[in-house]
Amino acid sequence: MAHPLAHPMAKEKTDVLHGSLAFMVLRTLDTLGPQHGWGIARRIEQISGDALELNQGTLYPALLRLQQMGWIASKWGSSENHRRAKFYSITRAGRKQLAAEAENWERISGILARFRSQAGEAS
Amino acid sequence: MTRLRVLLCRLTGWLRKGSLERDLDEELHFHLQLETAENVRKGMTSAQARTSALRRFGGVAQVKETYREAHGLPAIQLLWQDVRFGFRMMRRSPGLSLLVILCLTLGIGANAAVFSWIEGILLRPFPLVAHQERMMAMAGTNRGVAGLDDLSWPDFVDLQKNCTLFDTFIVDRIMGVTLAIGERAQRTTGSVVSANYFRALGVRPVLGRGFEPGEDFGRNAHPVTVIGYRMWQDRFRGDPGIIGKTQMLNGMPHTIVGVAPEGFYGTFVGWAMQFWVPTSMQEQFDPPTYKLGDRGARWIEGFAILKPGVTPAQAQAEISAVAKRLEVDYPATNRGCGIQLFPLWKTPFNNAGALLPTLGIALAVVVSVLLIACANVSNLLLVRAFGRRHEMTVRLAVGAGRGRLLKQLLTEGTILAIISAIGGMAMAHWCRNLLALLLPARAGVTMTLPGELDWRVLALSAGVCLISTLLFGLAPAIQASKIDLVSSLKADSAGVVGGRRRAAARSSLVVVQVALSFVLLVGAALLLESLRGMQNTSPGFSTRGVLTTGIDFRSAGYNAQRIKTFQDELIDRLQGLGGLQSAAFARTTPFSYGSYSSAEIAVDGYETAPDRQLTVEYNEVGPGYLATMGIPVVSGREFTRADNETAPLVAVVNEAMAAQYWRGQDPVGGRLQVKRRWMRVVGVAKMSKYRSLRETPKPFFYVPMRQSALGQALEVRTPLGPETIAKVLAREIHKLDANLAPSEVITMQEQVDRTTAVQRVAVTMLGVFGGLALLLAAIGLYGVMSYTVSQSTRELGLRMALGAGVPHLLRQVMSQGMALTAGGLALGAVASVALTRLIVGMLYGVTPRDPLAFGVAFVAMTMAAGIACFLPAWRAARTDPVRALRD
Repeated sequence: MAHPLAHPMAKEKTDVLHGSLAFMVLRTLDTLGPQHGWGIARRIEQISGDALELNQGTLYPALLRLQQMGWIASKWGSSENHRRAKFYSITRAGRKQLAAEAENWERISGILARFRSQAGEAS
Repeated sequence: MTRLRVLLCRLTGWLRKGSLERDLDEELHFHLQLETAENVRKGMTSAQARTSALRRFGGVAQVKETYREAHGLPAIQLLWQDVRFGFRMMRRSPGLSLLVILCLTLGIGANAAVFSWIEGILLRPFPLVAHQERMMAMAGTNRGVAGLDDLSWPDFVDLQKNCTLFDTFIVDRIMGVTLAIGERAQRTTGSVVSANYFRALGVRPVLGRGFEPGEDFGRNAHPVTVIGYRMWQDRFRGDPGIIGKTQMLNGMPHTIVGVAPEGFYGTFVGWAMQFWVPTSMQEQFDPPTYKLGDRGARWIEGFAILKPGVTPAQAQAEISAVAKRLEVDYPATNRGCGIQLFPLWKTPFNNAGALLPTLGIALAVVVSVLLIACANVSNLLLVRAFGRRHEMTVRLAVGAGRGRLLKQLLTEGTILAIISAIGGMAMAHWCRNLLALLLPARAGVTMTLPGELDWRVLALSAGVCLISTLLFGLAPAIQASKIDLVSSLKADSAGVVGGRRRAAARSSLVVVQVALSFVLLVGAALLLESLRGMQNTSPGFSTRGVLTTGIDFRSAGYNAQRIKTFQDELIDRLQGLGGLQSAAFARTTPFSYGSYSSAEIAVDGYETAPDRQLTVEYNEVGPGYLATMGIPVVSGREFTRADNETAPLVAVVNEAMAAQYWRGQDPVGGRLQVKRRWMRVVGVAKMSKYRSLRETPKPFFYVPMRQSALGQALEVRTPLGPETIAKVLAREIHKLDANLAPSEVITMQEQVDRTTAVQRVAVTMLGVFGGLALLLAAIGLYGVMSYTVSQSTRELGLRMALGAGVPHLLRQVMSQGMALTAGGLALGAVASVALTRLIVGMLYGVTPRDPLAFGVAFVAMTMAAGIACFLPAWRAARTDPVRALRD
């Protein structure tokens, strides 16, 4: 397994929560349509407001796993600057999965929110 | 469903590994380009932009590795990779790999061979027999002492009737038999068995049938036989119409009713039976009396087959209860007689019991050899691991996990172990009949002592292989996992002779090796001394110039009178021949399998303590027996032709008997009562041994054959060899009766040697393995020392440059090696003192702490160690200081 390199900014940024990367990728592809890897990475960073510690490299094994699950598909195409690039797009199964995951994350963040408010009351 | 899909993806991914790899490269390259461009746009210099992009991306190599793991079948793929890499490493240092494989092959092969012997001889000795795990050997005990007595037929029938915890009991009594086919008479071995024999064993004849119930009773009522497969093939050329034909056995025609299947040799460990007859034919094969109706006649050796789930203790309890009842019901014949069950591997009446201690020693020895081999391999691999430290460090630095490295090293170990295991199995396969070869052949007996390489042996060997892999693979692996990245990436620090932690692991391995080898050497020396002691022990009769053979009168249908006439005529003829000094008949030849007669005796004027048995063994011998055997007569005379049926009864006692019963006074003229017949003592014979060289002096006496039982053993005193005499005897006997032939003619030396065969096997085994262990330990020592020297070239060069002389350096290296040896010797000596006690049963004339044996082992080990250390020391002393310091 790759070790996250020691980084001075690491303390201020949040690690990518386990399993959430898949959700972010699926959501990105669902919103923006077919994208290449770098585009997806940029989008995730944009949305998170650069507050997320994402080793961009970890995106690629994640993309491979999503393909293997059949949630996204990939195709070689031509980029904006007319270079060969691999474009990823969400599949039907991927949309279904996205819905399920959205619900799941909703629930989790709901639970976490309740914990947070509880903690607030206690202090 | 999803999982299957993933698996399929991975499988195709694995197959198109190359193109996926290229795709990924391109994709990552594209990504970094875009990121760099973006950074430039933000205002960085191109170099900054590139570095920043790389940093944001994380480790490219790690990502690729994760990607690879995800897109293929990682476990198989990594394994495959490791295996290929392992083979490459093996090829890179072929000498070392070969040495490792050789060491392990010897270690694993020797273990597998001994396992297979133990399986094939002790645990499951009877091929084709079902339920051997529920089979137990059965023998009689006399006043609690086992191994002297057998069972009687009526007792056997009562067991069959009264025991509930047993499936069945079988009788199996082996017989030497004269087989007549056409004109040719030949000796062979067969068994007298109960009628349920084949059914109880689950052995189905390939032709015809086994014995029918009822065929085992009635005096000579059922002359039928089942013949062995080999006999059917060899003597009847596989005749398909053999059933119903007759075969002369001991001079009586028997109808062949069945042919045993191939590979079934009966139930006597070590000997292959050629035929079986039912117990109703007992008198024919075990003359002179019909014993089936006689509860006092103990002649049965047999086996019990326990019901499933019955423990040996329960079985013994029930059988003891029945024996107790028989003692009460039939005090005249059964008082003091018990019945004991033995596990097959302790069977007292066949070769299993005899070989048990030897195989026990063999097991201990091969385990030691395996340990030594593992230590050696471990040492060699440690040396190589040290050489590969740089490779390991680099791999760690570029992102390999430590677990991954460990897996790699263990895979390499496993490859070596598997190759060696295959070699070891081949070795075990070739060795499986070795024991039969080590034991002396005897005429008329086909030896079978096969090792059995069944799944149990294979599983056990695989386990041994696995454990040894862990044993020898672990040390280098631990070493590798301790690599400190930073200091290792710096230049290799130059070694210094001695005083390093890494060296400590290897040194302790060498100490253990030396210690184990020392123990084996001491064991070998002790057994060798015992064997020499036995061979130098005089049995009390001449072993040179005396031949022994026999003539089977009974199977030729001779009655007592004809035997007497024939024996007198033959002796007369033989004594008239040149080259033959004397000849005499006897009932039992010393050191043969035949048993002596024994009887309770009484002596005039000797008060027997009430609790003491006065049973003494004796032999029935012909005129001139003592002179022929070379047993001196100390006082009085030996028997002559005049001591016949009509003459007064006489006896010759031995010195021990004279000392015990006549308290040192000359017994000649005294009286001795045997079986309620008083006989006059006419002579005292010098002490001799009767059964084995290891027996202690005991009372024994001789009576004339003519006044007791007739015998068929013939002893001949002659300077000529056995082959010549065999021809002379055959010719002379043929002149008297064309139907008679002498059996195997051997020297008395051979006869004695047969009783020490087991010791010889043990000595050979320990000798070979002791030598092997010595060699392995020397190699280990050599490896460690030469490695130490090669690592400390710089230091040695420095010392030389500062003026150290050759003798000084020699001493330096030698003393270090010899210190290890001394440690090993000390440990070995302590272990030997503790362990040699275990083989005390096999020793003769030496104590387990015999200083000579320890001394020999010490000298051998020290010399081997000296040579092993001298070579590296010599190399060290020839170091070129200039080159050593420059490099």
